[in-house]
Amino acid sequence: MQLEQMYQEIILDHYRRPHRQGLREPFDAETFHVNPTCGDEVKLRVKLSGAGPDAVVEDVSYDALGCSISQAATSMLTDLVVGRTVAESFTTLEAFQAMAQGRGQVEPDEDVLGDAVAFAGVARYPARVKCALLGWMAFKDAVARVTDSAAQTNGVKR
Amino acid sequence: MTAVHTRTASALDVTKIRADFPLLARTVRDGKPLVYLDSGATSQRPRQVLDAERAFLEQHNAAVHRGAHQLAEEATDAYESARARIAAFVGADPAELVFTKNATEGINLVAYAMSNAALVDGDAEQFRLAPGDEIVITEMEHHANLVPWQELCRRTGATLKWFGVTDGGRLDLDTDPITPLTKIVAFTHQSNVLGTVNPVAELVRRAREVGALTLLDACQSVPHSPVDFHALGVDFAVFSGHKMLGPSGVGVLYGRSELLEAMPPFLTGGSMIELVHMETSSYAPPPQRFEAGVPMTSQAVGLAAAVDYLTEIGMDQVAAHEAELTRAAIDALDAVDGVTIIGPTDVVDRGGAVSFVVDGVHAHDVGQVLDDRGIAVRVGHHCAWPLHRRFGLAATVRASFHVYNTLDEVNALVDGVRAAQEFFGETR
Ligand SMILES: Cc1ncc(COP(=O)(O)O)c(C=O)c1O
Repeated sequence: MQLEQMYQEIILDHYRRPHRQGLREPFDAETFHVNPTCGDEVKLRVKLSGAGPDAVVEDVSYDALGCSISQAATSMLTDLVVGRTVAESFTTLEAFQAMAQGRGQVEPDEDVLGDAVAFAGVARYPARVKCALLGWMAFKDAVARVTDSAAQTNGVKR
Repeated sequence: MTAVHTRTASALDVTKIRADFPLLARTVRDGKPLVYLDSGATSQRPRQVLDAERAFLEQHNAAVHRGAHQLAEEATDAYESARARIAAFVGADPAELVFTKNATEGINLVAYAMSNAALVDGDAEQFRLAPGDEIVITEMEHHANLVPWQELCRRTGATLKWFGVTDGGRLDLDTDPITPLTKIVAFTHQSNVLGTVNPVAELVRRAREVGALTLLDACQSVPHSPVDFHALGVDFAVFSGHKMLGPSGVGVLYGRSELLEAMPPFLTGGSMIELVHMETSSYAPPPQRFEAGVPMTSQAVGLAAAVDYLTEIGMDQVAAHEAELTRAAIDALDAVDGVTIIGPTDVVDRGGAVSFVVDGVHAHDVGQVLDDRGIAVRVGHHCAWPLHRRFGLAATVRASFHVYNTLDEVNALVDGVRAAQEFFGETR
């Protein structure tokens, strides 16, 4: 059955018992992303320490309204990026995005993606790709806001 | 599930009808028979429609209302005959029917004609809007009958107001925002989410009392029940071909003839003119005035074939059949623990869009389980985001029917919803 391939047990676990849910202080940036086709939304905060690509993701907190795929992807995102550097988490983000948008043609790299390989099945359903990416794009945007404003206060042109 | 059967109590021979729709015979998702419950978004087309388009293109294709050769004559005849048949189907005169790309374009046409009227002095007084004037809509509108009015307000300084919706999914007539400042009241005939059929006569009466125009979004009514625009007394109405067994790329704007006569154009260019000079031009009478450029032609011919097809079945029959499916879907879904129907649960003044939520299972996930079983429904806000917000929801699941659907398909839907509950339940 196709369903089990898409909704791997680990996805359902994250959906039922999401990690790091809720909005917390302190945070450096907050973003709000919606999926206009279905109305799903996520408000997400990041707290970084340090600067540049070596900054470490201290915390990701969120409040999300959405399907199991978007909820589980956001929950798992926090496992994969908290405690790692911005550079490392963006490597994972890019691999995740490539897999999700790969229409099943992209071989996922488990070393980079960890548990997130479970989302490989989503790539076969184009309508659900946005669900899987909602939290990740909010994270990317939030990190960019922190680094952009840091760059601005330093007078650095980007 | 097993093969689709076509049991219904109504007089329709649905097996015979289904045989006209090639697409309904296909399978999806690894060989599962298709259960198509998304006709509210777009309907499937019978062979009669596909054949009519092909026959036109193979025999008569030419630019209409241009040229004097034989093909041009035949194409123009086919196009105008399509207009006449579609007009008769909705209780209008042919000259009151403007072909548009879809209903969305029809609404925009009126909205832009009104903002053009606001810019130019002279006639078209009743279309003019100024700061302080008001436009009235409802909270249950499709974005197509909401965003164009927001934009018109932005361009003219008019104010947007709306009727609320009751918890039961009916229009709240007590929240009446119509005042002597109201210039137009635009509302849906039948909600694409709730299924609610609105009291057109009452709304027209209230609008007329203050001299406001009315525009009826008939997208979800014309395909499913007998509709007569003259009898309803609305000033304007719109619908789309693709929701009524016809082609996409063709829709209709109906306007009472005195109004179309007085209304300034929206799109301008070829085919809509009377006289053209380098400095200035004058315009053709309606409906040509509103059909700039070479129009969709095979699509109009296809839509007329869809109208013929529906007429042969009888719109009363179509409505009765869909009412039966709606009754069955509401009763069966209501009986499932954890399922809540959004919209009226009685079938009085209610059409066949059945939207619902399932406790603990997001609409997308319900839709995925249904899709896995070959059942096509719509999930999300169905282009009625404010309405969903009104009910505190981001997304619902919507099943919608047409004349080719069966009670067995309703049962498949309900089984699928139960399967989704099981799949996402804690117990798995
Ligand atoms: C009630 C209602 N109004 C307007 C529309 C817009 O129709 P179209 O997209 O064909 O212009 C739809 C279709 O989705 C509808 O259901």
